[in-house]
Amino acid sequence: MLKEKLPDKFGEYGGQYVPETLMPALIELEQAYLTFRDDPDFRAELQDLLKNYVGRPTPLTFARRLTEKLGGAKIYLKREDLAHTGAHKINNAIGQALLAERLGKQRIIAETGAGQHGVATATVCALMGLECVVYMGTVDMARQQPNVFRMKLLGATVVGVENGSKTLKDAINEAIRDWVTNISNTYYLLGSALGPHPYPTIVRDFQSVIGAESRRQIMELEGRLPDRIIACLGGGSNAIGIFSEFIPDESVDLIGVEAGGRGLENGAHAARFADPKMGRPGVLHGCYTYVLQDEDGQIAPTHSISAGLDYAAVGPEHSHLRKIERATYTFATDEEALAAFKTLSELEGIMPALESSHAVAEAIKVAPQMHPDEIIIINISGRGDKDLDTVNQFIQ
Amino acid sequence: MKRNEELHAVFKQGRAALMPYFTLGYPDMQTSLDIIEACAANGADLIELGIPFSDPLADGPTIQRSTQIALQNGATLAKCLAGLESLRRRGITIPLILMGYINPILSYGLEQFVSDAYSAGAHGFIIPDLPPDEAAPFQTLCKQSDLALIFLIAPNSPDERIKLVTEQSTGFVYLVSITGITGAREELPQDLQEFASRVRTFTDKPIAVGFGISTPEQARAVGEIADGVIIGSALIKAVTDTPDYARAAGNFVRNIKNAMELITGENT
Repeated sequence: MLKEKLPDKFGEYGGQYVPETLMPALIELEQAYLTFRDDPDFRAELQDLLKNYVGRPTPLTFARRLTEKLGGAKIYLKREDLAHTGAHKINNAIGQALLAERLGKQRIIAETGAGQHGVATATVCALMGLECVVYMGTVDMARQQPNVFRMKLLGATVVGVENGSKTLKDAINEAIRDWVTNISNTYYLLGSALGPHPYPTIVRDFQSVIGAESRRQIMELEGRLPDRIIACLGGGSNAIGIFSEFIPDESVDLIGVEAGGRGLENGAHAARFADPKMGRPGVLHGCYTYVLQDEDGQIAPTHSISAGLDYAAVGPEHSHLRKIERATYTFATDEEALAAFKTLSELEGIMPALESSHAVAEAIKVAPQMHPDEIIIINISGRGDKDLDTVNQFIQ
Repeated sequence: MKRNEELHAVFKQGRAALMPYFTLGYPDMQTSLDIIEACAANGADLIELGIPFSDPLADGPTIQRSTQIALQNGATLAKCLAGLESLRRRGITIPLILMGYINPILSYGLEQFVSDAYSAGAHGFIIPDLPPDEAAPFQTLCKQSDLALIFLIAPNSPDERIKLVTEQSTGFVYLVSITGITGAREELPQDLQEFASRVRTFTDKPIAVGFGISTPEQARAVGEIADGVIIGSALIKAVTDTPDYARAAGNFVRNIKNAMELITGENT
């Protein structure tokens, strides 16, 4: 008998635009999630792993020298880079792997862009003794070599995807094709708050630990809520993870930063919201949301220096938050992200992932215009070690 | 005759209908129209016209490649509709069903699309990434226009899903023979007959089986348990790299048709 159902849309966005073969699996996943999310044993196992395996809570670090240099708002950094495997992706990977285990699925598949979700999934599969297959575009494999090597060392099979733009979008296509084919024994561990319902909800919930901790930590450190939260936005899981706990607090501005790539003029970007010509509501990978597409509705090629933001659609809840004007979305270019990478490295001794560098770039733009009493939290969603080759090439 | 009556008539011939799929615009629009015309002239009872999409996630390598080439050669949804219209001008009267993913259709405008597809001469639509759960606006427009919106059932569909899909599907019901993507396969799944019988306990609507059917023998076997036999990837493979695509398509369809008539032809 079906239990209660979760809402399958955020306003008009979301839904389940998938082949029928996947519908039973999505219904099964939703039911499993409803059964276990409040189950004391499930919660206890998740909490234990988050604390003793991932190393949560991650710190909220005051960025003293960056704050002084910019001369405006006080800047705090939520340090997801310090989570095990070096990014926030592990929060969701552990939660979903526990669901997969309870569903009796022994084979896990995942897509990855920057490789952070692939590494997180390979890690939890090693931890739990599950088979792991990761799909990754060959363009991304070339620019994120260290993560490909890490996944292989962790025992995962990495399948290079040669179709289309050979990036995250194509990796998701291939993962879905695998899932349709092997649905009886396979769990699709989707890494961002996108895709068909219930994934956007499940991924948000598992990532909301970022926001819950940030809230508690800023109350301890400052005795009040921040004025602004800034997060980078690919599919949007780190952003929704830190936003979701603050949505009811209207005084907190929520800012998502998309990849501006080489600028909006020439189309080489992944700014779904910022480019009104290419970015409009449509369906990609099972959900109705903002999608970069051409006049004929073909999905547009994207570009970003950061593989994790290089994606044509955005998680549906962000489309909704934008529509109801609860969150604001902007973008940073490749160059701005690289400059921010350097700035944070030199001033704070923290090398952010190129994805997170987009959020840092936005803070560098806005902090000087804010009052010294105001507070910004930047979500440092991951660490930059994986990007050293890319940064090095650019500096030379 | 009305469009839905013409569609129903396909399944009332006392034998299974042969329903090839071909990608519009592959390798280019004119050639694809010649191929489709050859299919119609050689025994196809209904043809599914594929609308190319950049990210065809229900399709295997053969159809993926065909749609990519079609897009490279300039295929768009508007040009596909124009292609359909010109097939009607060439005198093709059998039902033609448009098959494509939802995003280009939403981009075109749902209402405009249904209206233009009707004017061009379509009998209905198959949208693999549009389950009935998301299809209410589309279905309303189709019903107003006397067009069919055909939904798919998979072998792993539980009873509740079969019930929903067979109730909502109009024209016929599309049985996906395997859990997987499109593409020719060596063997038919063992449990196909049982799957078809299970679906028939829920509906009197015609059922057509697709995904993985490639040889005349397989088509004949499927024709014994279903009302329609859908063949896509194998047709695309059969024409690709031949000197005369239309002739190769005609021969391929004729062979399949002959094999199917060996069994069922005598009682018509």
